[in-house]
Amino acid sequence: MAKYLIKRVLTALFTLLVIATITFFLLRAIPGGPFTREKPLPDAIIRALNEKYNLDEPLFIQYLSYIKGLLTFDLGPSYRILGYTVNDIIISGFPTSALIGGIASLLIVVIGIPLGIVSALKQNSPVDYMVMFMATLGVTVPNFIIATLIIYIFSTQLGWLPSNGISNPLGYIGPVIALMGYSLSFVSRLTRSSMLEVLRQDYVRTARANGISERKVIFKHALKNALIPVITYVGPMVAAILTGSFVVEKIFAIPGIGRYFVQGVTNRDYTVIMGMTVLYSAFYIFMILLVDLAYSWIDPRIRLEGGAR
Amino acid sequence: MKKLLLVVVSLMLVLGLSACGGKDEGDVLRWNIGADPATLDPGLNGASDGGNVINNTHEGLVREINGEVLPGIAESWDVSADGKTVTFNLRESNWSDGSALTADDFVYSWLRAMDPATASEYSWIWHYTNVVGAEDYVNGDGTAAEVGITAVDSYTFQVELIQPTNYFVSLMAFYHFMPVKESAVDAGADGTWAKDPDVYVSNGAFVLEEYKLGEGLTLVKNDEYWNADEVGIDTIEAKFIDDASTAYASYQSGDLDFIPSVPTDEVAVLIAESNEFYVFPLLGTYYYSFNMDKDGNGVNGDAFDTNGDEVDGLFVNQKLRTALSYSINREAITEALGAGQVPAGGFVPPGFLDDDGNDFFETAGMYGMVVDDGNFDEAVTLFEEAATELGMTVSELITALEGETLLYNTSEGHQFVAEKVQEQWANNLGFTINLANEEWAVFQDTRSAGNFDIARGGWLTDFMDPSGLLSIFESSNAYNDPNYYNDTFDQLLADATAATDESVHFDKLYEAQEEFMNDMPIIPVYHYTDTMLVSDVVVNWGRSVLGSVDFTRTSIDRG
Repeated sequence: MAKYLIKRVLTALFTLLVIATITFFLLRAIPGGPFTREKPLPDAIIRALNEKYNLDEPLFIQYLSYIKGLLTFDLGPSYRILGYTVNDIIISGFPTSALIGGIASLLIVVIGIPLGIVSALKQNSPVDYMVMFMATLGVTVPNFIIATLIIYIFSTQLGWLPSNGISNPLGYIGPVIALMGYSLSFVSRLTRSSMLEVLRQDYVRTARANGISERKVIFKHALKNALIPVITYVGPMVAAILTGSFVVEKIFAIPGIGRYFVQGVTNRDYTVIMGMTVLYSAFYIFMILLVDLAYSWIDPRIRLEGGAR
Repeated sequence: MKKLLLVVVSLMLVLGLSACGGKDEGDVLRWNIGADPATLDPGLNGASDGGNVINNTHEGLVREINGEVLPGIAESWDVSADGKTVTFNLRESNWSDGSALTADDFVYSWLRAMDPATASEYSWIWHYTNVVGAEDYVNGDGTAAEVGITAVDSYTFQVELIQPTNYFVSLMAFYHFMPVKESAVDAGADGTWAKDPDVYVSNGAFVLEEYKLGEGLTLVKNDEYWNADEVGIDTIEAKFIDDASTAYASYQSGDLDFIPSVPTDEVAVLIAESNEFYVFPLLGTYYYSFNMDKDGNGVNGDAFDTNGDEVDGLFVNQKLRTALSYSINREAITEALGAGQVPAGGFVPPGFLDDDGNDFFETAGMYGMVVDDGNFDEAVTLFEEAATELGMTVSELITALEGETLLYNTSEGHQFVAEKVQEQWANNLGFTINLANEEWAVFQDTRSAGNFDIARGGWLTDFMDPSGLLSIFESSNAYNDPNYYNDTFDQLLADATAATDESVHFDKLYEAQEEFMNDMPIIPVYHYTDTMLVSDVVVNWGRSVLGSVDFTRTSIDRG
């Protein structure tokens, strides 16, 4: 187990390095730069800025110093948010994005999985149809529409929820729902279909034939296996949701980090894009590792060393 | 289940009520700034969002509200007989930390703003101030000692100009020229001092109390402000909501009193129905540049060489450019946009008064153009003549134009205008030009590199003289996107700048714009407008002609 973990962590670090490298050079290949302005800056100023941020050095030297910074968790200064480092930006915005994302992820799991199970067990009943109708709606309606509707109905018309921000705790409700929409629906659909499939398996029939109580059949035997595809989806989903959503954060005016993914690119704020990419990738890789660990816990037939799969 | 729902709903109501009540909102202004400003440091700032904050936290030599130039830190000023020396007599005033603000503070602030090491976004404006030695210092060709600004004594600040500059005093209301305190600036590098309430020092109506990255900021009244008696607001709670729909919803919910922009779809309704919606002319122009120097050799040469290969391209032909410009129904475009934009017949927008007190835009006229489709027939004739001059038949010219591309930066609004233009050309002249868009930063690169046929342009000026607009088309100007090279035009602008007499200055500018419009290197489309939605509870708010909001004399009346 320890050997496996070490191997995985080393692979993860290597993957991150590759991602950082590719992103770094791709960014420099796109036209425009952090100091491109509608009213062009005087040459002397561009020179001063390039010198200040070491952008006048050869690209490879810049790359090396970036990687060196990365190893010490120094993501460098933002070129557009004056005086702020990427670390400052992440420290300021990430907790907010992560809190909203965390609540949303938790609710997706806590609500989505049971809904899927209920639907599978009561297949083709009105309950099933209702859940699946809602789930189809959730998958097809984009989050910015959900967000706009929430604001229109609950803030503008009814006045129940604040119209922007999260200074009032009620402000979390809208963004959490808008963030959940798609994944909640997807998870419940996935759970349902996976559960239905498992329930048709021989070993479930055997368990039932042996007179094991229905509750035990479902929760001890069927559910564990049915959850494997769900977990495969939920892992990366958590990484995506915790690192914030540009659309949801923009519409609800939330000071998270979601906006910097897009703003960074528009502004050619190289370090910000790099920082966001590395942060998201690190999360993603970590979640995949967790998913793999969860597999072996759920299904002992899956061996971590990768032998008897 | 029902019980649970009841509990949840009542909990929400209680929480909601407690959030609304409690605080006395009497003298609090709730304002949406829009985007989170990159900086709040007057010397570093280059954006309107930051400028709106700075205009209320700092005070320059003068203050301009609704076009009127009022004394600021300068109680009065004298201009020498030759117009080249301006002496500002400063009032005794304090910084927000209680220390005295003197002429030395202005010397420090200005030299800092010019210093290339400061890397101020707006340092290019020093060229237009005509302050002796300033431009050289900005460009790294001169030293601070050579800049013609002096603190004669603690309260006398003297500026030497290269030549008389009629707009110089009004320009001093602009945020770039507002003073900053050296000890505060030193306390937080790269302008971080201006976002850190612990070290923040200013001299305006308000001081920063709190700043939250990406969320909002709080300003409170500065009791040390020289004109504090007139400040009627105790606290400004400002948000950084960059989504126009969200800001508008917040305004409708009563959570905001002042928002700078509304969703485009709402503009027409608001103009018709709301008495809280304001439309202001903005000193700028939306236009298309023809590329007149495709080979990039700095000369507007021939369209094609003897082999028929492209040299500078079709748009070196003046009649073709004019035909294209005449084939645009500007009124149809501005009406469709519906935010009060003014159809443009020249480059200088409404709002500039000449030496006789007449509006430059009105006096200059449209140079034979009309706002609607009235030039369409003339355009067809010009188009035929252009074909002859280019040695083509009309159908060959049409084919050639269908190989050209109109480029704009990706945005629904720009696409909308481009499609209108494409349609009008197709209907009137019979060719369908290609449309293409590029992401903003890529577009700027393409445009300044001259890799386009026709490209969108937009220019907003920052000081009260038409030369700030026309001069971008001088041969050597970095923003001369059409690559327009006309010595007569350059000379007229140089004469206007050198003129010591106001009437000569404006005569030359009128002549310059006429020369320019006869050549038609660009297609002016419309002059910009600025919109604001302001609740009736906000009393006596102001706006500078250049577009910064002003709360220094505002009060709140919630009845």
